[in-house]
Amino acid sequence: MPSNTIRIRAQVNSGTTEVKSLIKHPMETGLRKNKAGKTIPAHFIEQVTAELNGTQVMLANWSIGISKNPFLSFKVKGGKAGDTLKLSWADNKGETDSIETKLS
Amino acid sequence: MNNTRRVFLKGTLTASALGVAAGAGLLTPRSVLAATSSWPKGAFQSTDFKEAMKQIDGSDSAESGHVTLRAPDIAENGAVVPVTMSSDLDNVVSLTLFAKGNPYPLNSSYTFSNGGLPYASSRIKLSKTMEVMAVARTADGKLYSASKQVKVTIGGCGG
Repeated sequence: MPSNTIRIRAQVNSGTTEVKSLIKHPMETGLRKNKAGKTIPAHFIEQVTAELNGTQVMLANWSIGISKNPFLSFKVKGGKAGDTLKLSWADNKGETDSIETKLS
Repeated sequence: MNNTRRVFLKGTLTASALGVAAGAGLLTPRSVLAATSSWPKGAFQSTDFKEAMKQIDGSDSAESGHVTLRAPDIAENGAVVPVTMSSDLDNVVSLTLFAKGNPYPLNSSYTFSNGGLPYASSRIKLSKTMEVMAVARTADGKLYSASKQVKVTIGGCGG
């Protein structure tokens, strides 16, 4: 399983939590061919979920149309410094990774 | 760039049992494509924009307004186009992004709950110059949208 694929920052600013994250992933479309003319199999993140203190606040369904090494930013109402935000992803090959961070 | 991808693929394929199973033909490509059970495969595999929108949002018509879509007028590199969508309504349950001219128009769909605000920012691939559209769905099933034409000088999907 991949590990350390996610970089994340979550900050509270006047009652709103803003999360910014970067995920290391090839996001291969399955439409490209290699130099030998063989199709490169699709390999992309299907879902990203975010939980604030264990409660789901955002679910993203992604396609091959998201860029390689995806960037994702989203916002949550509420949250305070020290709260726990968990971000997880799962791809079409069954690989997953997740990270937990404290709000600042 | 290609070299690192080759190394990455080699590593993950040999390491993962799923990769081995798929290689041996134990799993059909179809089942490999749906590793997450709630992923709306049908909508994502639709090549028709209206059909994809019907499947994901229940209708292919949306009122314009209440949605803000930020994207560049001209994207020099179609492989990395920053797009931000948001809504000023307080009962939005999902924001969905369509890249109308891509081989598979449904790009991404975000569902919000328990305080998650209708805002999502990411980077997407555009295969050519096209219109992108953001659709917000409210708790009572109403659809609102915003569209923007993005000119692409180098496409992002070809090999």
